[in-house]
Amino acid sequence: MIPAAFAYARPTTVDEALRAVAEGGEDVKIMAGGQSLIPVMRLRLAAPETVVDLTRVAELRGVRDDGDAIVIGAMTTHHDVMTDPLVLQHAPLIAEATETVADRQVRARGTFGGALAHADPAGDLPAVALALDADFVIAGPQGRRTVPASEFFVDYLTTALEEGELLVEIRVPKLAGEWGMRYEKFNRVAQAWSIVAVAAVVRREDGHIAEARIGLTNMGSTPLRASAVEAALAGAEASPETIASAARSAAEGTSPTSDLNAQADYREHLAQVLTRRAVTAAVGL
Amino acid sequence: MTAVEDRATTEAPEREVGKARRRKEDARLITGRTTWTDNMVLPGMLHLAVVRSPVAHGKITSIDVSAAQQAPGVIAVLTGRDVADEQGSIPCAWPVTPDMVNPGHPSIAADEVNHVGEAVAVIVARSKAAAQDAVELVDVDYDLLPAVLDMEEAVAEGAQLTHDHLDSNRSFHFVFDGGEAGTGTDTDEAFSSAEVVVSRRFVQQRLIPAFMEPRSVVVQPQGDNYTMWSSTQVPHILRIMLAMVTGVPEHKLRVVAPDVGGGFGGKLQVTPEEVISLLVARRLGKPVKWTETRSESLMTAHHGRDQIQYIDIAADREGNVKGLRCRILADMGAYLRLVSPGVPVLGAFMFNGIYKFPAYRFECDGVFTNKVPTDAYRGAGRPEATFAVERIMDELAVELGMDPLELRRKNWIGAEEFPFTSVAGMTYDSGDYEAATQQALELFGYDELRAEQQRRRESNDPVQLGIGVSTFTEMCGLAPSRVLGSLSYGAGGWEHASIRMLPTGKVEVVSGATPHGQGHETAWSQLVADRLGVPFEDIEVLHGDTSVSPRGLDTYGSRSLVVGGAAVVNAAEKVVAKARRVAAHLLEASEDDLDFSGGKFAVRGTPGSEVSIQEIALATFAAHNFPEGMEPSIDADATFDPENFSFPHGTHLCAMEVDTETGMVKIRKYACVDDVGTIVNPLIVEGQIHGGLAQGIAQALFEEAVYDADGNLTTGSFVDYLVPSAADLPHFDTGNTVHEAPGNPIGAKGVGEAGTIASTPAVVNAALDAVRHLGVRDIRMPLTPERVWRALQDGGDGGDRATAGTNAYGGAQTETTAGVSTPQSALGGDR
Ligand SMILES: Cc1cc2nc3c(=O)[nH]c(=O)nc-3n(C[C@H](O)[C@H](O)[C@H](O)COP(=O)(O)OP(=O)(O)OC[C@H]3O[C@@H](n4cnc5c(N)ncnc54)[C@H](O)[C@@H]3O)c2cc1C
Repeated sequence: MIPAAFAYARPTTVDEALRAVAEGGEDVKIMAGGQSLIPVMRLRLAAPETVVDLTRVAELRGVRDDGDAIVIGAMTTHHDVMTDPLVLQHAPLIAEATETVADRQVRARGTFGGALAHADPAGDLPAVALALDADFVIAGPQGRRTVPASEFFVDYLTTALEEGELLVEIRVPKLAGEWGMRYEKFNRVAQAWSIVAVAAVVRREDGHIAEARIGLTNMGSTPLRASAVEAALAGAEASPETIASAARSAAEGTSPTSDLNAQADYREHLAQVLTRRAVTAAVGL
Repeated sequence: MTAVEDRATTEAPEREVGKARRRKEDARLITGRTTWTDNMVLPGMLHLAVVRSPVAHGKITSIDVSAAQQAPGVIAVLTGRDVADEQGSIPCAWPVTPDMVNPGHPSIAADEVNHVGEAVAVIVARSKAAAQDAVELVDVDYDLLPAVLDMEEAVAEGAQLTHDHLDSNRSFHFVFDGGEAGTGTDTDEAFSSAEVVVSRRFVQQRLIPAFMEPRSVVVQPQGDNYTMWSSTQVPHILRIMLAMVTGVPEHKLRVVAPDVGGGFGGKLQVTPEEVISLLVARRLGKPVKWTETRSESLMTAHHGRDQIQYIDIAADREGNVKGLRCRILADMGAYLRLVSPGVPVLGAFMFNGIYKFPAYRFECDGVFTNKVPTDAYRGAGRPEATFAVERIMDELAVELGMDPLELRRKNWIGAEEFPFTSVAGMTYDSGDYEAATQQALELFGYDELRAEQQRRRESNDPVQLGIGVSTFTEMCGLAPSRVLGSLSYGAGGWEHASIRMLPTGKVEVVSGATPHGQGHETAWSQLVADRLGVPFEDIEVLHGDTSVSPRGLDTYGSRSLVVGGAAVVNAAEKVVAKARRVAAHLLEASEDDLDFSGGKFAVRGTPGSEVSIQEIALATFAAHNFPEGMEPSIDADATFDPENFSFPHGTHLCAMEVDTETGMVKIRKYACVDDVGTIVNPLIVEGQIHGGLAQGIAQALFEEAVYDADGNLTTGSFVDYLVPSAADLPHFDTGNTVHEAPGNPIGAKGVGEAGTIASTPAVVNAALDAVRHLGVRDIRMPLTPERVWRALQDGGDGGDRATAGTNAYGGAQTETTAGVSTPQSALGGDR
């Protein structure tokens, strides 16, 4: 189908982009890879007045080392994230989750920043960013600010990004110590979104679980941390029994939706099974 | 003449039939550098966009098109009222009972809409974008009526009506009773005296054909003549029907199906959009094009399956079947389309499968609901029947404590019993069920998998294993014309072909069966190469244009090779017969003394005295020296009307892993051995089997057209209507046995639908076999993980899915600014 008519800007720097957004009129949409935006425009479920296309903004692409963190440019494509040596070394969970996103064609265009800014509760990357305690660097007319993952995802498809602002990069802290990670995604066909998924990041110390961070995908209107599980695992013995028992509280505090793929009670059940599996794998059992 | 130098080699070519040739048409089809209808651009062409109903059932109280008419680039806006006098009704060619109720099917609704997506107006504009922009400007008011969405409720006392001008939601009640027909004994008696009776209710969910190329139509007026290009399976039928519906005389109408990208029955139709395009072109005198979007296709192109089946089987304690009784509710949707009522009726003769039931009764109600009409979809009637019998045989085996294969063996037709007349009155042509089963068991590794299943059960493994069997047959090769007549179908089942010998020795084969991806051009070339002794490369197959191939009945029902290919072979034989007469003349010999082989006529016993068929073609062109009294042509036509259907059969085995913690099912191994008679091209046969399996497995595990409580199609995009890809399917171990079909000169049986028909019950039987010991008796298709999990939790059949939420387009609702979507709409959903 054909989108409604719109004005189009293709800036080459962040400053130009911010100006284009400011001057774009009432209803401006930023376009990253277009993999979520273009379908809704083609269906005329979105009809922005202006589209500001970031594909030529070179400074937003790529991954760099910044001491205690790796920094991923918002416009880095899924493909580039998945194959990046820094990501593979310091945040292999991101690569693992990104590999499950859609198909090759979508991964060649879709971007890390676009997926996070879009904040689809069924999207795979928000829960991963949440589990890794990533920071979101946002540029606006007044300059830059940094928002922690725990505050970035506000509501259903809603983030801390204000009108006129751009997500420019995501800082992922390097982890010290012996960490294991696992993304357990549950879907029906290969290229589909998650029905439920669980991101587990676990630090082991002397046969114990020193710290666990569990991110949940599609268990509510935003990605969530399974705090009850995290609390139960902190300091616990790394055994199948303790993990299984902790995982039973994975659905606490969640409010999953009911849709074609799953009704809420089934999602709650899946969260428990997948949490057990993700933590077990992350711990290396 | 260069033609002589150019002449093809006279070396005898090796036998083509049986060769795994790559398809000669694929390069252009796969690269898309071909004549897809939407690739066509004509000077001055206008573009159509259809305004569609967002409500499932309602009276149109007003339509305001003024804003759309004023929009830039818009030439005209037409409503149902504007075309009421000329649009007629979309035809239904299959009145399955004399009193069948047909509510009539306007192409553009004038007063009342009966399903979401029904056309209410059409925009004609200078560009596709302008037409699309104007769609949103048409303002339609509806008085809502209750939507009828559930078949069982629809046939209950006091039900709401799909069409309020009708008395009920029943279109027809069709009965086949073996006792009454004289093909079996009395069914009631068989049941009342039976030792064991098992009854089940099975649900055949609604499916969407989901062909790859969306539908597209181009119409060019030229004086009072019209040429229509359409992405259709049935150009010949379309031409006749359009003439009857619109009053454009048949001889003024040419229909072309250029290359067509799939159909699966979904393009066996006369669509509202084809009628609309013709009407608009006639009214404006300008060429027009309509091409659908994917969402439009899923929402408005006809759907398939959708039956509720109440199946009773009677047997004795030793496992000898005594009777089968089937009561079917078949959802027609809101209207009757081309063969909507015929689909379940085709199944009526197949529920008995390969088994020797002494008694059989079939009853079917065609039911109207406020959903898009159903019609042919790969297998049409036979998958439904096969599913029911193969599922109920498993249920009976469980009831009797018998091995499901043993039970089948005990009741199936023995190899020595062919031809066998079934209790439904069909004459099964040839086959050997035991041989196919043996070979399939070996391919499968049956004993090892059974042992592993046992181990997993004993260790209480969270992942259980099950094995499912389907031993199927089907009737295809549609069809003997007189049988279609006896079933009240509006047309015959013959097929036509002609062969033109060109002066340079090349050959044109004109086929009435028009392909939409099956590989006719390759297979027909192989057939003709053998019969005429000309090289494969020297043959061109022409099809799909009513002015090039004027006679034909097109492609569906696994008929092309066994009916259309047979016509080609017969035409080739006629060419040879004519050429023989010319050869005798040229060689000054008697026809009886000529041998024909490898493309050459030779005088028996006179070495060196020979003439090739290419030389004869040239001599015929020149006609200088021709037999006295013979017209100078060796071209020939043939029309083949089969005397019987063909009955491919096979044994399909599926091993299924079920993760009992999540309900996820995964096919571990799939093996099948099919008997499709003579194999003309093993690669094409394998391809058809693979594609068929994918579609049959998709019904079992993935696909379902889901409507919400208001009658919106929730599965309105491929995000929600899950068509599996190669990544979601297992490796297939395939094999063949060959029992030639006696009913056609090739010996082939249809293969186009076999995989789809056979596989679905094998897959479901396998999943059930994995978890039956955990108390599960049935799981409704598709076997979503949630349904499997629920069946494990509650022992039911997995229940209904939530129907309202789509998984598509996360931003849909919050980003709506254009106002075409409501939270309930098929496009948006509630996410
Ligand atoms: C067939 C298909 C399957 C998919 N499957 C999955 C899957 O399994 N898992 C998954 O997680 N995702 C999936 N996706 C979504 C995919 O990951 C998208 O790439 C992603 O959601 C959006 O990224 P994008 O770069 O294309 O963003 P766009 O579509 O360009 O933008 C998305 C939204 O984010 C906003 N935005 C983008 N960049 C910025 C920025 N820098 N600053 C502020 N706002 C911004 C846009 O305005 C828009 O609202 C799938 C997509 C498709 C088409």
